[in-house]
Amino acid sequence: MDKKDKQIIAILREDSRFTTAQIAAMSGLSEDEVKDRIAAMEQSGIIAKYTVLCNTEKMDSDAVTALIEVKVTPQMRDGFDAIARDIYKFEEVKDVYLMSGSYDLTVIVEGKNLREVSRFVTERLSVLKDVTSTATHFILKKYKAEGVVLEKREEIKREEIV
Amino acid sequence: MNYDKYVGDVVKNIKPSGIRKFFDVAAMYKDVISLGVGEPDFVTPWEAREAAVQSIRKGITQYTSNSGLLQLREAVSRYIDLHFGLKYDPKDEIVMTVGASEAIYLAVRTLVNAGDEVIIPEPSYVSYAPGVALCDAVPVGAKCVAKDNFILTAQALEEVITPRTKALILPFPNNPTGAIMNRKQLEEIAEVIKKHDIIVISDEIYAELTYGDERHVSIASLDGMRERTILINGFSKAFAMTGWRLGYVCAPRELEKQMLKIHQYIIMCAPTAAQYAALSALNTAFEDNFAAVEEMRSQYDVRRRFLVRRLNEMKLTCFEPKGAFYVFPCVSVTGLDGEQFAEELLADQKVAVVPGGAFGDSGKDFIRISYAYSLESLKKATDRIETFLKKKGVL
Repeated sequence: MDKKDKQIIAILREDSRFTTAQIAAMSGLSEDEVKDRIAAMEQSGIIAKYTVLCNTEKMDSDAVTALIEVKVTPQMRDGFDAIARDIYKFEEVKDVYLMSGSYDLTVIVEGKNLREVSRFVTERLSVLKDVTSTATHFILKKYKAEGVVLEKREEIKREEIV
Repeated sequence: MNYDKYVGDVVKNIKPSGIRKFFDVAAMYKDVISLGVGEPDFVTPWEAREAAVQSIRKGITQYTSNSGLLQLREAVSRYIDLHFGLKYDPKDEIVMTVGASEAIYLAVRTLVNAGDEVIIPEPSYVSYAPGVALCDAVPVGAKCVAKDNFILTAQALEEVITPRTKALILPFPNNPTGAIMNRKQLEEIAEVIKKHDIIVISDEIYAELTYGDERHVSIASLDGMRERTILINGFSKAFAMTGWRLGYVCAPRELEKQMLKIHQYIIMCAPTAAQYAALSALNTAFEDNFAAVEEMRSQYDVRRRFLVRRLNEMKLTCFEPKGAFYVFPCVSVTGLDGEQFAEELLADQKVAVVPGGAFGDSGKDFIRISYAYSLESLKKATDRIETFLKKKGVL
């Protein structure tokens, strides 16, 4: 990845609906070059997906998100990978991260309601053979996600002075 | 009481700013996207804010010396040498001012006698002409035109010089056009300036904001020009510090000494906390190679490129501005002048832009669009402009 790739990524992360022509203008590349670079980054997996960031607070649902601290017994050869795979294959699991510090994996789970998440933890996650303990934290309110402030706040006002 | 008879004529004759007038109207509409503000949308770098807080906590709440903190003047001296190759003695050739605005006033006030003429390129920032008028001097416009990418040409300058001409205000990178002047173009006007023996007041507040390969060149760095230049800069644009009100003026010590007298009597010294903030902003920048400035510049650049392309494809033709954070498209294609365009666009699509005429008559067929706004706002606003142009039958 060179500087121009990084710039394209920065633009797409701001808004992935910018057109190729607009990205070309903004980065000073030709349209074809932008197309090629984006295709290459999709190919190599640098661009994993185009998605939408929803403010779930505003959605009419009981959906809940939980952050689960998981301690596991690492396996010979595979280390943490095998157990991480066992966990991420569940559909309700959104993120799995290997952590430094006092526990091993952060697992982020979304469920339709509180009960669904509880059931996931008690019936599917904690029963996995190498999981030694879990600590489940339910997210009460999202203030900011993916760099976007989700709550409405009064902006700092700039005045047209002169 | 009839206050009219008490107010002095000079002040009475000054017209209120056209920008203010327009935005008083804009304030009456709801959900307006404004592209009118002429200040960065970034926040002052953290180190600068923290340094101000610390100085206040420690109780450093007194005046500084009239010229400002010596350490800060030393840092400024190092900075303008590093970036523009200029040598000014921190002891007696640099004064910290309340924004570059005060510095402009100091410079004009120091140079002129009643009736002297001061040349101001047009279009440019709205404060120069009233500032000159306040000193009982006469502002004289020198036309910069789209055909020349809005630079001041030697010919346009020569045309307006008279025996009464005392000084030229040189505002590049320019607000509102975004034009910059390169070394060669500066050399051409420098010849005229030397020939007619006038002084340059060079307002370089946007010096850090140039894009593409060309970096700002200060006219003071040209042969024989340091001795006849009053250099003005500040922290507002480079370090997103508008509200701190901190600028500086650099000049040969004989001139600096005269300006310092005015500063001393009307201001005393620039705000102390702001000076500590600025000192920290510069020291941090020396350490990390101006990372905060670079980051802002690169974000402005992306927005600039986006806007120039978008406006041109909508037939609002604009040359590629290489500095500041404004684009200055011509709106003639709509059959409207800048003021009508801005008014109708505001009423119809709730987008506020500044009519170019606010910056002088030669800007009247243009509008100023600031890109000190998020890409998101620029995208939304230009979509609305597109809708407006379709209604007008332009697209």
